[in-house]
Amino acid sequence: MAMAALRREGRRLAPLISPQSITAVRSSVISQEQAPLGLRSISTQIVRNRMKSVKNIQKITKAMKMVAASKLRAIQVRAENSRGLWQPFTALLGDSPSVDVKKNVIVTISSDKGLCGGINSTSVKTSKALKKLTAGPDKETKYVVLGEKAKAQLIRDSKKDFELSITELQKNPLNYTQVSVLADDILKNVEYDALRIVFNKFQSVVSFLPTVATVLSPEAVEKEAESGGKLGELDSYEIEGGETKSEVLQNLGEFQFSCVLFNAVLENACSEQGARMSAMDSSSRNAGDMLDRLTLTYNRTRQASITTELIEIISGASALEG
Amino acid sequence: MFRQASRLLAQTLRAGVRPFSSDLPAAPTSDSAFIESWKKVIPNIEPPKTPSNFLRPRPATPTSIPSKITVNFVLPYASELSAKEVDMVIIPATTGQMGVLPGHVPTISELKPGILSVHEGNDVTKYFLSSGFAFIHANSVADIIAVEAVRIDHIDPSLVQKGLAEFTQKLSSATTELEKAEAQIGVEVHSALNSALSG
Repeated sequence: MAMAALRREGRRLAPLISPQSITAVRSSVISQEQAPLGLRSISTQIVRNRMKSVKNIQKITKAMKMVAASKLRAIQVRAENSRGLWQPFTALLGDSPSVDVKKNVIVTISSDKGLCGGINSTSVKTSKALKKLTAGPDKETKYVVLGEKAKAQLIRDSKKDFELSITELQKNPLNYTQVSVLADDILKNVEYDALRIVFNKFQSVVSFLPTVATVLSPEAVEKEAESGGKLGELDSYEIEGGETKSEVLQNLGEFQFSCVLFNAVLENACSEQGARMSAMDSSSRNAGDMLDRLTLTYNRTRQASITTELIEIISGASALEG
Repeated sequence: MFRQASRLLAQTLRAGVRPFSSDLPAAPTSDSAFIESWKKVIPNIEPPKTPSNFLRPRPATPTSIPSKITVNFVLPYASELSAKEVDMVIIPATTGQMGVLPGHVPTISELKPGILSVHEGNDVTKYFLSSGFAFIHANSVADIIAVEAVRIDHIDPSLVQKGLAEFTQKLSSATTELEKAEAQIGVEVHSALNSALSG
């Protein structure tokens, strides 16, 4: 009865005391708050509140992981099917990432939403490094950014190098028509000799490789063809259709850009879902660990307060007797 | 729920293992000049991958004309035919129907909406393509890239007639250049579809 009364007292006073003691708690969880009115029972309310919020976080992150897993399954199929799209172009024109041109445009693909691990930071790092690599006297490098996250990171130090920035790409499910309109937009408004598309290629659920795909303008193709290499064989190809060779080559370049961009956008979306899955998985696992530790602390706190009450009562009783 | 999570994770991992093993070719080639110049300027970060790392290896140019032509027919959402050995393909180039046999001279050809027919022995498969490109390489590999393709037997003739009538009507009533161009494209595609079905 005395214990019950003391416990009731403790509970009534805890909400008043908790705001001050929360600042003191921090990482050490045992809440020995300043005890006004000579009250010495330790409150378990604070630990209980923390446990509740950590449990909620665990549930939320687990749910986000399930959602990301289901989205990944849907988009992975489409990304794999689109992988055959860029192969013919690279087989014909080769891949020349070390091409030396005056006007470089770096197309960075990123996600709009966060909580997806480090893939957006890797894309931005690669883009910045590419800019450094292609810098030089008489040369200029501009950015075209797809996605909110890369825009936020790049705009801080390269605001004047932004040509175009596009967000809300995944509002409607990705399809080729949308991407080709986007590609058309970019090609019309941006002057370029070489376009470098930076994205994360989906290798597996836990591995995403930053990749750079290079698309050259028709004039750059002509220049490279003269210098030999893979493109040198381009002259041996007969051109059918169109009025002139340059018209066909221009159409080819534009088609190549839209195909490569389509595959890149799909791969990046896949990587985003995969990264989000693993980020949320580790987050819910962390929350689970934290919950375990908090439960132990809670039990210890509870037992300590019961012991304290018992000691007080017994010493009080023995004082009365003796 | 934890069990569900691990099961789903294992499923997606299993599904994810497949592209990992089939995507990287046996001998990946990479642009060494690019990697060298990257390492010089940015030594701390690993150089990014390039499409040549993931390119599926192509057969070399043979000395004699091979008996079959290898066809890769790709669309944005699927690879219809990949490395299929056939006797002949007829592609709808802008300059007309072009037959491609093994040993064809290397060509880059723009395609107009029309029929692509793939001949293998006595089987002929016909697809109706919206435009695209076709590359024929010296090693008798033909790459056909189209934006959209449908098998002829999947097309409904009555809908084609209706579409043709609709677009012809739109063309006659078009006011702006844009409307005229759109209607013109619709008429071309539908009349090509029509002739494809009848021819």
